[in-house]
Amino acid sequence: MSAPAAHHYTSTGLDSRKVAIWAFIGSECMLFVSLISTYLIYKGRSRVGPFPHETWVDPTSGHHFHAILNIPVTSASTFTLLMSSLFMVLALAAVQHKGSYPTRTWWQRRLASSKLWLWATAIAGTTFLGFQAFEFTSFVHEGLSIRTNLFGSSFFTLTGFHGAHVTAGVIWLLTLLSIDYKRGLGPKDELIVDIAALYWHFVDVVWIAIFTLVYLIK
Amino acid sequence: MEHDTPHSDVAPAAHAHEETHHPDWSVYWKVALILTLITIGEVWMYYVPAIVASRAFVPGLLALSALKFAIVVMFYMHLKYDHKLFRALFTGPLLIAASTLIALMFLFGHLSAKL
Repeated sequence: MSAPAAHHYTSTGLDSRKVAIWAFIGSECMLFVSLISTYLIYKGRSRVGPFPHETWVDPTSGHHFHAILNIPVTSASTFTLLMSSLFMVLALAAVQHKGSYPTRTWWQRRLASSKLWLWATAIAGTTFLGFQAFEFTSFVHEGLSIRTNLFGSSFFTLTGFHGAHVTAGVIWLLTLLSIDYKRGLGPKDELIVDIAALYWHFVDVVWIAIFTLVYLIK
Repeated sequence: MEHDTPHSDVAPAAHAHEETHHPDWSVYWKVALILTLITIGEVWMYYVPAIVASRAFVPGLLALSALKFAIVVMFYMHLKYDHKLFRALFTGPLLIAASTLIALMFLFGHLSAKL
């Protein structure tokens, strides 16, 4: 019997783990498009407020609700998630080129530190989740819950699913960090970091679509 | 920077020569700058009433969003440089999903009302 395979190659010559993550991302595309479709179908069909972009006065109580979406806060969270993608790709580059790049200056040492970029990505992801927690809490205080109207149901389901994916990504990053502290991540670990990076960037591109379709298009 | 994915001794004989070319660090920073500028442009459009009222508002935002999406997928997810099978695994389901979305929009009258 031959020695156990170090790499999980498929008949195409590609590593099966990378094929699997791309197939998973493809299926995730379908999941998120179904959630986005639901949001768009229900858009503008809520009978009662609060509404995303318009003010509303409750005819029974006379209570005045302003447009509920907070674009400045969401723009900041979008920027944070975009930067997290940069940090993730720098973490991958640091792992790929560990030991092969000069690290004479302070900046070169920082650029080549996978721990630094993995921490930066995890912190940016956690900050994004903090923004989302703030947004959800403020919406509930302003009278919008998942049961209030069609907008609330589809909005919380879509953004909640995305938030759950970000949470899973942060846990994944912390796992990579623990490996990095335990034995150090190097070029031989390129694939496991690449797979985590692909998942993280996918979470980012989903938010790019959500930010435009849910928050910016009135 | 160019690297070959390591080949194992026990890899199948038909193992394709998997070669990927990842961009330099400086490219990643430039891509981040472009993404930031596009996002600023999108938010700016949202706050200009004349643009919001124009017919170009929604198509413009969708185009900018699609551009950002494509940039991240091509450069950060390395799909521009990776094996064509990965491209197929991603774009195939994405096209099916996008077609379903457009069909649903027509079915529920969101697009047919505008055409």
